[in-house]
Amino acid sequence: MVTTPGGLDLQASFEAALEGFGLSHGVAHLLWLPLPMVLVLVAAVVGVLVNVWLERKISAAVQQRIGPEYAGALGILQPMADGLKLLFKEDIIPARADGLLFTLGPVLVLIPVILSWLVVPFGQNLLISNVGIGIFLWIALSSIQPIGLLMSGYASNNKYSLLGGLRAAAQSISYEIPLALAVLAVVMMSNSLSTVDIVNQQTGAGIFSWNIWRQPVGFVIFWICALAECERLPFDLPEAEEELVAGYQTEYAGMKFALFYLGSYINLVLSALLVAVLYLGGWGFPLPIEWLAGWLGQPIDAPVVQVIAASVGIVMTVLKAYLLVFFAILLRWSVPRVRIDQLLDLGWKFLLPIALVNLLVTAGLKLAFPGVFGG
Amino acid sequence: MTLASTTQLICFAVLSLTVVVGAFGVVLLPNIVYSAFLLGGVFLSVAGLYLLLNASFVAAAQVLVYVGAVNVLILFAIMLVNKREDLSDSSGLALRRVLSAGVCGGLFVLLTRVAVTTPWALPGPASIGEEATARIGEHLFSDYLLPFELASVLLLMAMIGAIVLARRDVFASDVITGEPADQGLIEKARTPLLTSKP
Repeated sequence: MVTTPGGLDLQASFEAALEGFGLSHGVAHLLWLPLPMVLVLVAAVVGVLVNVWLERKISAAVQQRIGPEYAGALGILQPMADGLKLLFKEDIIPARADGLLFTLGPVLVLIPVILSWLVVPFGQNLLISNVGIGIFLWIALSSIQPIGLLMSGYASNNKYSLLGGLRAAAQSISYEIPLALAVLAVVMMSNSLSTVDIVNQQTGAGIFSWNIWRQPVGFVIFWICALAECERLPFDLPEAEEELVAGYQTEYAGMKFALFYLGSYINLVLSALLVAVLYLGGWGFPLPIEWLAGWLGQPIDAPVVQVIAASVGIVMTVLKAYLLVFFAILLRWSVPRVRIDQLLDLGWKFLLPIALVNLLVTAGLKLAFPGVFGG
Repeated sequence: MTLASTTQLICFAVLSLTVVVGAFGVVLLPNIVYSAFLLGGVFLSVAGLYLLLNASFVAAAQVLVYVGAVNVLILFAIMLVNKREDLSDSSGLALRRVLSAGVCGGLFVLLTRVAVTTPWALPGPASIGEEATARIGEHLFSDYLLPFELASVLLLMAMIGAIVLARRDVFASDVITGEPADQGLIEKARTPLLTSKP
């Protein structure tokens, strides 16, 4: 975590407290290091549990059913029951499959997604590492995933699996390009790849300074591409049930299947968080928290105000992300699945040119109005 | 020895070992699919080495371009044409192996000699860390502009070549040999699947 003036710095306080007990600086740092990582990992998994419950409940509401009901109040323990079921299932490796690659595939799919949480900021100092290449790290990591999908598709020794893996790779490659171009336009406005800088650039005037007003086209492109990268309906071709049984997941059972399941939901939450960071002001409240503190006559540096501001920041980030997840679930039940040729046409012949034009127009606007579009 | 330098040393040892062992695996394994996956591992380890050198942008670009695009395309090609048949050994295999091993060994000796005899300026220039991204951009658009543009022209040529090879139906005769193109495998104009029976 970096030290920035104004803003809580938990790392410094934690290490100072430990050094107060007589530990050396190195040991204090060593004890601090795993804390944010474990915290973010737990947050990601809890986020998935909430996501699965929301998916079941909202899907049920869309189809005028009740959904999970008996496991806990309002079925809130249903995701746990799902997880336990998968945990206790027999781990099957098909007889003619390639055991090593079959096991490695799901792991390779999950690890890059979890690593990408490195750059998701929940507040000025509330992220694991404010690396300079920030959002570019996420783009690079998400490109590893198709290798895992190809691996599991190939190792299953099943034609549906192989087709699903190939589709996943084709889809991922095609949609990465407009995605990166949409991100590039935002990066150009904030003059930095760091996620923290991107959010800070959107904090001037509350809701009106969010990037969605300056990048409406980029927002739509990014959201479509993010859904395609997550393989959500209407882009879930790699596992299209009617055509491919379950795509690359066909032969998987038990925990190995659970890794795919976990990976896809963590990826959805991650994409929603990044849309919030890139276009919806990240941890920013619709009214700047400095104004609120000023109206209440409180200095912004007061510890109480800082703690409240940090809590509001976390709540806002999560709220924006889950609003987007809600839209993703609604989309799932309102839009039919596209065909593979339509999918590739949409990516290469529509989104790519639009994203290029968007980038060019952003560059022109930045030169013309440096005050509004980042100087 | 501080915590950071110990970690760096361990990471360097592990990454170098992965690169060397992985590269040998890519060349020596008989199964081409394993070779391709190992190649991805080698690319990833090289990205890790870049990270150790404080070049995070180059590391991310390495992952994006080599792992995410090149290696995925290699795998894609292998899996699309994978027929699971044992290829018959080409003639004089032993001689070929000896020859290629000799060439590779000679190259290795040559490179080692260069690495040992070159007077490296140690320590090198101070790393600029996070500013590297901006610096790379400046270089690409000033003194390295010509190679940068030439590379894009090269890519454009490759792309046009691929389209010409893939869409032979636009030419009546083969581009290379001049013979009439075999139209057998090329998609015909849409014909109704269910013809009305007389």
